[in-house]
Amino acid sequence: MGNSSLHVLKGIDFEVEQGELVAIMGSSGSGKSTLLNILGMLDVLDEGSYTLDDVLIKDLDETKAAKYRNKFLGFVFQSFNLINYKTAIENVSLPLYYQGVSRKERQEQALKYLTMVGLADWATHLPSELSGGQKQRVAIARAMASKPKVLLADEPTGALDTKTSYEVMDLIQKINQEGNTILVVTHEEDIAEMCKRVVKLKDGVIIEDKKVKQVLAADYVQ
Amino acid sequence: MFSRDRWLEIFETIRKNKLRTFLSGFTVALGIFIFIILFGFGNGLKNQFQEFFLDDATNTISLFAGKTSKPYKGFKSNRRIEFDNSDLADIKENFPFFLEYITPRISRGATVKYKNEFDNYTTRGVGPAHQFAEKTIIMKGRYINEDDVKNKTKYAVIGRLVAQDLFGQEDAIGKFIDVGNSVFKVIGVFQDDGGDREERYIYIPYTTRQLLEKSNDKVDEIVLAFKPQIGHSGSLVFERKLREFLKKKKSIAPSDPNGIFFRNRADALKQNQQFANVLQLIVTFVGLGTLIAGIIGISNIMVFVVKERTKELGIRKALGATPKSVIQMILHESIFITTISGYVGLFIGIFVLKSIGVSLQDYFIKDPYIDTSTALFATVILILFGGIAGYIPAKRAARIKPIVALRDE
Repeated sequence: MGNSSLHVLKGIDFEVEQGELVAIMGSSGSGKSTLLNILGMLDVLDEGSYTLDDVLIKDLDETKAAKYRNKFLGFVFQSFNLINYKTAIENVSLPLYYQGVSRKERQEQALKYLTMVGLADWATHLPSELSGGQKQRVAIARAMASKPKVLLADEPTGALDTKTSYEVMDLIQKINQEGNTILVVTHEEDIAEMCKRVVKLKDGVIIEDKKVKQVLAADYVQ
Repeated sequence: MFSRDRWLEIFETIRKNKLRTFLSGFTVALGIFIFIILFGFGNGLKNQFQEFFLDDATNTISLFAGKTSKPYKGFKSNRRIEFDNSDLADIKENFPFFLEYITPRISRGATVKYKNEFDNYTTRGVGPAHQFAEKTIIMKGRYINEDDVKNKTKYAVIGRLVAQDLFGQEDAIGKFIDVGNSVFKVIGVFQDDGGDREERYIYIPYTTRQLLEKSNDKVDEIVLAFKPQIGHSGSLVFERKLREFLKKKKSIAPSDPNGIFFRNRADALKQNQQFANVLQLIVTFVGLGTLIAGIIGISNIMVFVVKERTKELGIRKALGATPKSVIQMILHESIFITTISGYVGLFIGIFVLKSIGVSLQDYFIKDPYIDTSTALFATVILILFGGIAGYIPAKRAARIKPIVALRDE
């Protein structure tokens, strides 16, 4: 980290409506991950404001940030970030644990979301026993388990082959169709085309923000 | 703190991270185990030492008479000085402030017979107070008393080994033995922690001994005890005054180093006490060192554990774990493991100490033990420091931003 400051984002002004599926694109160093980290409260902004669900997100200490993350946000990472000694269902029920949901309720909820991503049969398997696509689907189930306002996906398909990528995007589209707001950071054109809106970043500013005709991933998945 | 969910979460973590759990648990258990063993051995060494040196009363002064080396008041040098009964009375009368008790001691070798058994033993003509000076423990019957001294009775108190040699399984009390051709009645059997030699003595009233020796009133040796409350320095004053008094009475030149000799057990005691203190210091030092080594061990393990979990903690934080819950989780887990394994180490240590304790007597370690409070204290200290050692890296880990933790591959 260091103390020398580096202006990565130089004035980003955009709004996301409920139910949107936004792709944030840009080459590496464009600031797309930083933007996502700020949206995800994993990082703090120096200037400006960030409002989420009519709540102004500011003066975050770690405890507050943790609570907001738990309440508002679901994360999907390129490297899945499942806890390797916990089974799929335990991973999915973890955010519910931090919400203070009872054990029995957690189990039910977690199984419901695992069923949604089609992995109910794999509930008691460890991440090491799952394929990359399966791991990402578990991660998505985990992100959705806390019923977040926004699902933030950082290169969700970055570690997957094309076919698996489309399967994951298919899942993301389905979740979006149920009314969930999703932001996907990607540098792959085909993945971006599967979203409803594409925001392109370059050197810390938005150079393009357009609605696109969504390509359905389901068409590629058989 | 005591929610069931939290416990389940911790048990799960422990169950699924067996190596990590084993490592930290093992360190704690080993630390406590070694602490207990070393501390116990140290105590054993001290016990043995006490037995060697501290079996007699430690506030006694022995007086012996010898030959003078200087002429004085018309007496030639090289004159033999002798104590007699009047000296006992005079000392008693003149030093009530210092004196606890006084007894003569007249040692004579004698052949002692009972039926067909006989052997040579040392008899000691003594007063009743001698029992305290030697810390003689009466097993059966009684010791010499004032009436025996007054009436010059032919009573004998015999050592445990004398009774064993002469009487075997037979009860010695009330039996008559032949001591140097006079018949004595056995009135008591004693034991002494000073070892076998001390249990081969036969005590008789000193007046009886004097009677047998042509009814004289001579005394070889005077054993007296000063009041413990006057302390070592007080005893030195007592000794000086006593020396002046006796030299005057016996007409010995004040500057004559010979004639009367003193042996102050307090001097020996002081040296022994110093040695015992040094031993105590070593024991404490070893214990402390082990404890510190244990604490360092746990600290290392805890740092390693937290480091290993950095990514997991980052994930947990991204999923909504507050810094507080992260710290609590790590502490809860580490304290749980250290407590369990600390007590395991404690019990194994005490068990091992108990079971090998007896066989170490040959190596000058007697009854190695550790008192429960010390053992518990050490365990609690280790648990406490295990907690502190876990807290510092846990706090740091809880403060890292999740993205940093997640980048940590």
